[in-house]
Amino acid sequence: MLRYLLNKIALVIPTLIGITICAFAFVRLLPGDPILAMAGEHGVAPARYEQLKEQFGYNLPIWQQYARYVGEVATGDFGVSISSKRPVMEEFKTLFPATLELSFFAMIFAMVLGIPAGIFAAVKRGSWFDQSLMGTALVGYSMPIFWWGLLLIIFFSGYLGWTPVSGRIGLQFFLKPITGFMTIDTLIYGKWDAFRSALSHLVLPAIVLGTIPLAVIARQTRSAMLEVLGEDYVRTARAKGLSSARVIGVHALRNALIPVVTTIGLQVGTLLAGAILTETIFAWPGIGKWMVDSIFKRDYVVVQSGLLLIALIVMAVNLIVDVLYAVINPRIRAS
Amino acid sequence: MKKKLTFAAALLAASVLSGVASAKTLVYCSEASPANFDPGTTTGGNDFDASSRTVYSRLVEFKHGGTEIEPGLADKWEISDDGLVYTFHLHPGVKFQTTDYFKPTRDLNADDVVFSFDRQFNKENPWNGEKYLPNLTWDYYTGMDMPKYVAKWEKVDDLTVKLTLTEPNAPMLANLGMDFASIVSKEYAEQLEKSGKMADFSTKPIGTGPFQFVDYQLDSVIRYAAHPDYFKGKEKIDDLVFAITPDATARIQKVLAGECDIAPYPNPADIGTIKANQDVTLMDQAGLNIGYMSYNTTVPPLDKPEVRHALNQAIDREALIKSLFQDAGATPADNLIPPTMWSWDKDVKFDSYDPEAAKKVLADAGLKEIQLWASDRVRPYNPNFQRAAELIQADWAKVGVKAEIVNYEWTKYREEGKKKDRPGAFQIGWTGDNGDPDNFFATLFACSAIGVSNYSSWCDKDFEDLIQKAKKTSDQAERTKLYEQAQVVFQKQAPAFLMAHSQVYAVVRKNVSGFMMDPLGIHRFDGVDKAE
Repeated sequence: MLRYLLNKIALVIPTLIGITICAFAFVRLLPGDPILAMAGEHGVAPARYEQLKEQFGYNLPIWQQYARYVGEVATGDFGVSISSKRPVMEEFKTLFPATLELSFFAMIFAMVLGIPAGIFAAVKRGSWFDQSLMGTALVGYSMPIFWWGLLLIIFFSGYLGWTPVSGRIGLQFFLKPITGFMTIDTLIYGKWDAFRSALSHLVLPAIVLGTIPLAVIARQTRSAMLEVLGEDYVRTARAKGLSSARVIGVHALRNALIPVVTTIGLQVGTLLAGAILTETIFAWPGIGKWMVDSIFKRDYVVVQSGLLLIALIVMAVNLIVDVLYAVINPRIRAS
Repeated sequence: MKKKLTFAAALLAASVLSGVASAKTLVYCSEASPANFDPGTTTGGNDFDASSRTVYSRLVEFKHGGTEIEPGLADKWEISDDGLVYTFHLHPGVKFQTTDYFKPTRDLNADDVVFSFDRQFNKENPWNGEKYLPNLTWDYYTGMDMPKYVAKWEKVDDLTVKLTLTEPNAPMLANLGMDFASIVSKEYAEQLEKSGKMADFSTKPIGTGPFQFVDYQLDSVIRYAAHPDYFKGKEKIDDLVFAITPDATARIQKVLAGECDIAPYPNPADIGTIKANQDVTLMDQAGLNIGYMSYNTTVPPLDKPEVRHALNQAIDREALIKSLFQDAGATPADNLIPPTMWSWDKDVKFDSYDPEAAKKVLADAGLKEIQLWASDRVRPYNPNFQRAAELIQADWAKVGVKAEIVNYEWTKYREEGKKKDRPGAFQIGWTGDNGDPDNFFATLFACSAIGVSNYSSWCDKDFEDLIQKAKKTSDQAERTKLYEQAQVVFQKQAPAFLMAHSQVYAVVRKNVSGFMMDPLGIHRFDGVDKAE
């Protein structure tokens, strides 16, 4: 187990280096000069241009810029936003809970619907339910988030008026953040109507963000379940006269869930990528919207550090999933 | 203890909540988060809406809904005969905002005015650099050439400030109405410097404007309250809320659902839906902008005005505008400046569509091929350079001129485009800063702007004399005459194809009154009221 863990951790280091290179190169490979990009239509006088280049460190040779960047990141200094002048880390800490909260509810939505649907489809293999579910899952998986989000807003918020259009909570509620998680904060304040408002604001974005993971989880659960249902031990269980519910719910499901857990872990990357679009549509103040805003503002420092931070989170989650996988599946440890 | 604190926090929240419920609240769905709340350090229209136009005031102000200058913190001012010395007389008894983070002990005085500008250029001022915020560039102060024109700011007495210029520069007054020229509190700055919290100056603003800052939840909501001691009288709205909503469709849905009262910049595709709705009004105005295409006037045969006119005549401008702007619409440009700007000459008309006449002139001049430049960026004055280029290309093909479209990414595009010897026709545009005609004529077509932002490399003696003279004259009637003449010269010489001034829109709920579209592209909430 320890060796397995060490192996996994050893793999993290080259990945980390790769990510810093990618994040660093990304903003420099963008066509155009960052200083001119910042200047807008006005342009900058040549003397001022040189001065700004020096101020931002763009006059140094590229390897020196990289070394400086890695040095700063290694000491936990993620730089200061060009536009807001606030430390990137501070903004990240303020905004990340919103993304985490949304992702959590999106995942709950995806699991609560996806796992039972997958099981049911596997058990009723080939039925109209199975076929329509798999068809729907394929549609869900290919759904452009932007279009899907706007469609839901126009229908549920605009036409039916059931849900708020966007934002995290009704504007009449003015609560200073404590944990940064709106659902938790409203409970700490003991404001039930605020809590309800926060939940109602979560419904549409969580559905939109959870749609792709829902499709993936349903399909994965179905195929894992089908595989397990054909195993000898399931047949044995049935032969012993156990009830169908017990065979499926206990013997088959526990084993089928192993690959599903991995899938869920891997969806974190999808969630963070999806958050970029979902948050922009729903005016959700998280890190996805923050990245988009920064790209539009040509705030290269935020883009570069934000990319790195997001990549670090995805890596950490993947590492945890690998470890969990080994914990729930002893065969992995042995090999 | 912790429990007690939580309880206290809940009580506090409850009291705030009950306060909000009875107050008159106006919700504005803004398009983006402000970078910060110090208008000297920021450049975006959304930054200014959230800071300079709400929290701050200036010595002079733009007339609501126009570009004319009117008194602000200065009741009156004198300009010396040589145009070098401006003396401003401040309104007495102007109060800074009192908040939970700052309690002013004195009224606004000349020290605040001097400090507001000094911090933007004086390297010795602790607020000029790193000590305040990292990587400060004071873009507008330098962009408007203030360092070149300002010799010094002086306090004469508590209510009198003197500005001395290095040379006469009539647009200076308009510059002082701009957002970067907002007047900040020196007392507040000193207090923060002492407590070592200088960065708070940009996140917890204090000004003399109509609304005072209450709270900002990053990327989400900004809250303001009416400034009770506002020197022009307390606003009718008690609370002003900015709900930051970047997606244009979601923004409009919010207004339609009544979640906000005003929203800017709808998608052209949504304009039909908005017009059909009974609860909202679609407001529009020709923006303070121009989309145009610069001919390099130094490269033959484009050095001949008749050739440039012929190229203009060959373009079906009406069809071009319709295809580019669709439902959003745009005003075809007759002059470089838009009709909302003073000195706009209604008698000058742009070349009319006449491909037959154009064909002959172009054939005589031997113009068979031309470069036509396009970039990838969406600009307010041109939503699609590439589409425009293709349409113009087709029009020119009809008169026997083969256009080769040259593409570059936006920053590279301008870098290449501004080169003195860049060949062909270059699509570009401009959004005005201060509503002064000089900001269009001199910035875009002065001889000194060649290689910077004069993409036509055009240096015409008559035009140059007129605009330089207008710059040095402080009498507006006189300046108007000069700019009118400059527009005549411009039309005759045709250094560029003038396309259109794009429309700007806002969607406003019917129970809101007093909101005006602003040609400067800002959104102001002073004077706005809401019927419950």
